[in-house]
Amino acid sequence: MTTSLFANIDWVGYVDWTIRDFHGYHTSRGSSYNSYLVRDTKSALIDTVKASYACHLLKSVRELLPLDKLDYLVVNHAEPDHGGSVAAVVKACPQVTVVTNKKCQAILSGYHDTSDWNWQLVGTGDTLELGNRTLTFLETPMVHWPDSMMTYVPQDGLLFSMDGFGQHYASGNRFDDEEPLETVLGEAKTYYANIIMWAGKPIQRALEAASKLDIKMIAPSHGTIWRSHMDRILAAYQDWVVCKPSPKVLVVYDTMWESTAMMARAIWEGASQPGITAKLLYIRAGGYTELATETLDAATIAVGSPTLNGGMMPVIGGGLTYLKGLRPICKAGFSFGSYGWSKGGAAAVQRELEETKFEILREPLECQYRPTPEVLQECRDAGKMLADKALSLACAAEPKS
Amino acid sequence: MKKYECNVCGYIYDPEQGDPDNGVEAGTAFEDLPDDWVCPECFVGKDEFSPVEE
Repeated sequence: MTTSLFANIDWVGYVDWTIRDFHGYHTSRGSSYNSYLVRDTKSALIDTVKASYACHLLKSVRELLPLDKLDYLVVNHAEPDHGGSVAAVVKACPQVTVVTNKKCQAILSGYHDTSDWNWQLVGTGDTLELGNRTLTFLETPMVHWPDSMMTYVPQDGLLFSMDGFGQHYASGNRFDDEEPLETVLGEAKTYYANIIMWAGKPIQRALEAASKLDIKMIAPSHGTIWRSHMDRILAAYQDWVVCKPSPKVLVVYDTMWESTAMMARAIWEGASQPGITAKLLYIRAGGYTELATETLDAATIAVGSPTLNGGMMPVIGGGLTYLKGLRPICKAGFSFGSYGWSKGGAAAVQRELEETKFEILREPLECQYRPTPEVLQECRDAGKMLADKALSLACAAEPKS
Repeated sequence: MKKYECNVCGYIYDPEQGDPDNGVEAGTAFEDLPDDWVCPECFVGKDEFSPVEE
């Protein structure tokens, strides 16, 4: 299956309707691995697909071009969801030269036996003349791995943006104006939060470099292609790179015998103030993926765990480990939770929040066995404090007029 | 004081700036960074850095 982007530039990737677990990221709407074929005097394939779908990629390429006529395979990123079929393409296309940067070459050589591959190494500013079209390369390290690179076609204003601006989103259409925009933007947000939230600064540099290009279409390596709503995704990225706080409070919790759930609900009630979006997330229902996504634009966050075996609940522990690695910035919050005969859960959560560089707004809010009416009132008051803080952080994040 | 570049991702440690996000004050020489300091962008250790020749 192929789709034309411009004359002789076609999508030849694979739509993965079935994937729901992308190394732990819950991909509720599937995904796609986007590969693109540029046919000119010389032809170039831009990136590949997961190894298990190589036959689909080769079939799509063959619909447009005899495999022995493929001159170049541009690899913008070696991670196996994009680089996984490079070996299969090299094997099927005997003439092909792999065009990539030095770091990507090293990573590809770590995953594959590359001893008989033909290489052409490129870096930022280098060009590859195909005939009427030119490919120009822009290295964007850490967006998403050290090797990550984007490829630009100046004649069409087309940017192959690799993981940047991508979404795990399977669809029957390839373009942003053929799918419900808010759904696609929502998946772009989930993708950003779960894959590259920690890389805000490198992404800022990539956005700055890309802003010097005349871009008319952005073709990422996952999900839909941006051609009608580039302004929306670029504006969203400007907010996400700084984890811009919105007037939003997130209350996350796990519970054993409902006491921490009662506290969570009371905090959430207290946070539900005018002008505030307050969300309550039971971690075992929403999972880590939702935790990361909801954290991205939340201003303040309370995390609750009862005490289990002297520490926090393992699902909360896993979620906080995940969040710490994703390195959200400019968040404020506190921990809470019930305990039985000994404390430990809420304090363990608070330590994780400190390590995640949260601004800590108060000591852990704790209660023994069942929250009393007084404790629940304290929870509501703490929720109100989260709301007030969220409003002030969101207000401070808005440009001064 | 010399700048150092991360061999993996290209991040430049500039002693004049330090790494304030990670508790390293401006004016801290690369050699004086704690042993457990890691590249703020790709997490590799100090041994993956090379001096920038200017």
